[in-house]
Amino acid sequence: MRPADDLSGMDELYRDFILDHYRNPRNAGTLEAPDASCEDLNPLCGDRIRMDVKLHDGIIEDIRFQGRGCAISQASASLLTETVKGKTVAEVAALGKDDVLANLGIPISAARLKCALLGLSVLKRALKL
Amino acid sequence: MTATMPQAAVGASLSPAAVARIRADFPILQERPHGKPLIFLDSAASSQKPVQVIEAMDDYYRRYHANIHRGIYHISELATEAYEEARSAIARFIGSPCSAECIFVRNATEGINLVAYSWGRSNVRAGDVILLTEMEHHSNLVPWQMLAQEKGARLRFVPVTADGRLDMNRLDTLLDGARLFAFTAVSNTLGTINPVRELCLRARAAGAVSVVDACQAVPRMPVDVTQWQCDFAAFSSHKMLGPTGIGVLWGRKDLLDAMPPFLTGGGMINVVRYDRTTFADVPARFEAGTPAIAEAVGLGAAVAYLTAVGMERVARYEHELAALALEKLRGIGQVVVYGPGIEHRTGVISITVGDIHAHDLASILDREGICVRAGHHCNQPLMEKLGVPATTRASFYLYNTPDEIDALIAGLEKAKRIFKLT
Repeated sequence: MRPADDLSGMDELYRDFILDHYRNPRNAGTLEAPDASCEDLNPLCGDRIRMDVKLHDGIIEDIRFQGRGCAISQASASLLTETVKGKTVAEVAALGKDDVLANLGIPISAARLKCALLGLSVLKRALKL
Repeated sequence: MTATMPQAAVGASLSPAAVARIRADFPILQERPHGKPLIFLDSAASSQKPVQVIEAMDDYYRRYHANIHRGIYHISELATEAYEEARSAIARFIGSPCSAECIFVRNATEGINLVAYSWGRSNVRAGDVILLTEMEHHSNLVPWQMLAQEKGARLRFVPVTADGRLDMNRLDTLLDGARLFAFTAVSNTLGTINPVRELCLRARAAGAVSVVDACQAVPRMPVDVTQWQCDFAAFSSHKMLGPTGIGVLWGRKDLLDAMPPFLTGGGMINVVRYDRTTFADVPARFEAGTPAIAEAVGLGAAVAYLTAVGMERVARYEHELAALALEKLRGIGQVVVYGPGIEHRTGVISITVGDIHAHDLASILDREGICVRAGHHCNQPLMEKLGVPATTRASFYLYNTPDEIDALIAGLEKAKRIFKLT
């Protein structure tokens, strides 16, 4: 094993918690009878995410996601499900690019931005936002 | 390196000194992305350009740019001559008996669409079979889907075997009733070299017209359309050291002569009245509007460059690099290589590494200055069949070196460390 500084910034991007969310996604799976659901893919890379949401009085009571793709897209979606659980639809509507990037806390290049934002875009479409 | 060479690579290849001279012709190889030397392993997507090509286009724009054909002045004559000389050079390069059989198009995609629209719409009828293979690039699949939908024709596919080759046992059955057989000479994803001549001959015996996607073949091996016995072949300039924006559709003269125009307008007519038009002979009939003149000049220079190096040598050298890469990849745990053994493949290698997604792998390699392709390679149905969402593809060309393969291997090892794979 070489020292971490040999990894030239890539250890920044693929931090332990990113790899953890990639390999052990939170809220993984589907819901039996979701109130809202959407599946979409990024045609450029084939990353695919499905979001199922259970709503109660405008609050996200439960959420599940299923997907396949790169570590960034899958970890970002996993983190997002943790963020939005218990939040109102209006609060989700207010979430944007900066919130997702702050959540990830890693440097995302322009080429990978779409990967990071796929989860939020699918969730918003599911909620018709 | 020579000690591990397979039989197919015996013969004159490129010496390290020859490769060093070639590399000196490619200005982009001096670039240092992320402070590292540029290691370009994505030539199957688009190759880099030697200074000879760049200068030929520059010279055209500086000294003799003018619209071609019908210009009654010196520089227009020069431009016309250069444009037509490029056509002749390509004809010689691919063994075409007649330069009028080489039609300049935008790229191979447009060439295939030309056949689908012009030949396809006048020859394919309801119930006819269009035979493709499971390893086609979207550009040699979608135009035929559109044609089949429009005409009520049926699509069939030659299966790909577990080792990434065409299942030849099924071919004659599948060709039964086929009007057209479109297939790639070399798979852009698996690197498989298909037996083009045999496929063309069996298509002809079954009464089907053959359309060869020659995009990955013309840049990297000697191609002779007469020896292939194909009816149409399409390829792009930008994959063979030439500029973007131009490609070639080669077609058998008797077929082209009988085909209606594809795009219409200036330059492709004989006589135009307000209510009717007669069309020019081939190739002009299929080259509506002002063509990509500078690009044709650049492609001519690319063909001259490849001819000077020698396509046999290019093919052998690339095969050596592929053999070396395959051998080294076998030494890394959790690497899966897709496609056939070295005896049936060229220098296009698709891999996956453990559970590292192709885009993550490509991002990590990018930081090492290594350019690879990650994704479905315009081959979504084949990816489904392989059961992977995406692969990482390295492709080699005449300017790559064994050292660059070592760098790729080191990059893969680093990616494994970052992803904590053993």
